[in-house]
Amino acid sequence: MMLEIRDIRKQFDSLKVLDGISFDVEKSDVVAILGPSGSGKTTMLRCLNFLEKADSGTMVFDGKRIDLSKATKAEIAELRKKTAFVFQSYNLFLNKTVLDNVTLGLTAGAGMKRKDAVEIATRMLEKVGMADKLSSYPSQLSGGQQQRVAIARALASKPEIIFFDEPTSALDPELIGEVLNVMRQLAEEGMTMLVVTHEMSFARNVSNKVLFLEDGHIVESGPSKEFFANPREERTKAFLRSIEYGLEEKS
Amino acid sequence: MNSRLWSILIDSFPKLIGYGIKVTVPLTIFSFSIALAVALLVALIQYAKVRGLQQICRFYIWITRGTPLLVQLYIVFFGLPSIGIKLPAFIAAMLVLGFNEGAYMSETIRGALESVSRGQIEAGYCVGLTFPKIMWHVALPQAFRTAFPALGNSMISMLKETSMAATISVMEMFRQAQVINGRVYESLGLYLEVALIYLIFCTFLTFLQRRGEKRLSSYGGKSS
Repeated sequence: MMLEIRDIRKQFDSLKVLDGISFDVEKSDVVAILGPSGSGKTTMLRCLNFLEKADSGTMVFDGKRIDLSKATKAEIAELRKKTAFVFQSYNLFLNKTVLDNVTLGLTAGAGMKRKDAVEIATRMLEKVGMADKLSSYPSQLSGGQQQRVAIARALASKPEIIFFDEPTSALDPELIGEVLNVMRQLAEEGMTMLVVTHEMSFARNVSNKVLFLEDGHIVESGPSKEFFANPREERTKAFLRSIEYGLEEKS
Repeated sequence: MNSRLWSILIDSFPKLIGYGIKVTVPLTIFSFSIALAVALLVALIQYAKVRGLQQICRFYIWITRGTPLLVQLYIVFFGLPSIGIKLPAFIAAMLVLGFNEGAYMSETIRGALESVSRGQIEAGYCVGLTFPKIMWHVALPQAFRTAFPALGNSMISMLKETSMAATISVMEMFRQAQVINGRVYESLGLYLEVALIYLIFCTFLTFLQRRGEKRLSSYGGKSS
């Protein structure tokens, strides 16, 4: 098992956002995390990378046990070295070029030589189809291009797992495809991914596992084929119906 | 205008400009450097919420912004010698001007730092940077760009405020105008002349500020 999450709890004032969430991730799993807005999906992902501090819960990552509420700075730094995060709003460094967005973590973070970092960054940017924009600034790119650069930045540090927080939610519909294609490619190469998403086609066709969250609980989880073909829980069925209804309305 | 006044003005012009370049400009540059260093430190302490130091910084800003620059100059130059701290007039002026403007500039920089979006900082952590490195590579460059016009204004006001140093006997441009006037009694003409020279210096700074702003805009607007 690559990642074991046990009993994450998180409360904002009196609101229980995460109410005891546990699940496992195996190497090369692509886990789609679904649920209505406000269900705690994003908070959960942020707790796993310590962007948010959980009130309690543990994680075992690569055989190492970390208490999510009491992790030391060293443990957090170690974990962040092995993981990467892709944000809904891309969060590319606005004052850096595309190339420097990808190299910064390697040079200033990991102490790599500039020349080696540039080589890796160029390769990663080629992979996401952004190698022709090395010297552009984020403000000169479309949302889809920015997100692809953000994925290249995530890949550069050779993470064992990448967390995606609604990577296509801020994109215009015609730009979603280019980002999903890159993610599909990563999945095919065996990258382990945790993806909070509203893209049902991605969850159905690319991910192999689904977690369905509501009100801070996992309502249903399992292999994605089964989840979509035979949802067990009433709430899951209602959610899938509402999504399908939305799709019908759109088309 | 009579020919006597003309010749006084023409004679004094290079002298005044000379004192401007030899004293006013260096005083501005040194004081501004102190102000910028103090402001950066104070802004970072406040932004990072360093306990203890943060309270000291707030106290410093409170005192400095709440008392007149002229009074501060008098306390440091005329007052401190009575407890054994005797500073040359130029040094006293430089320190007072620097720490005075530093308080205002620290608020400018802190505000600019706080306008850097949380996501930029989080992305920094996620690619493995430490807090100081995020500040250095990401937050401060972005904040500097936001703060640049206001910092330029601070420099322009500081150039004019150096004239206050005349009151503690620093022989700068305005003091020199006073000295010349003491000999020839042409207050209107001489003070208008020195005003014109300040205007020339400030216009030059404004020009530099515009150029700087243009250069800093190279990475375009904020992305959504």
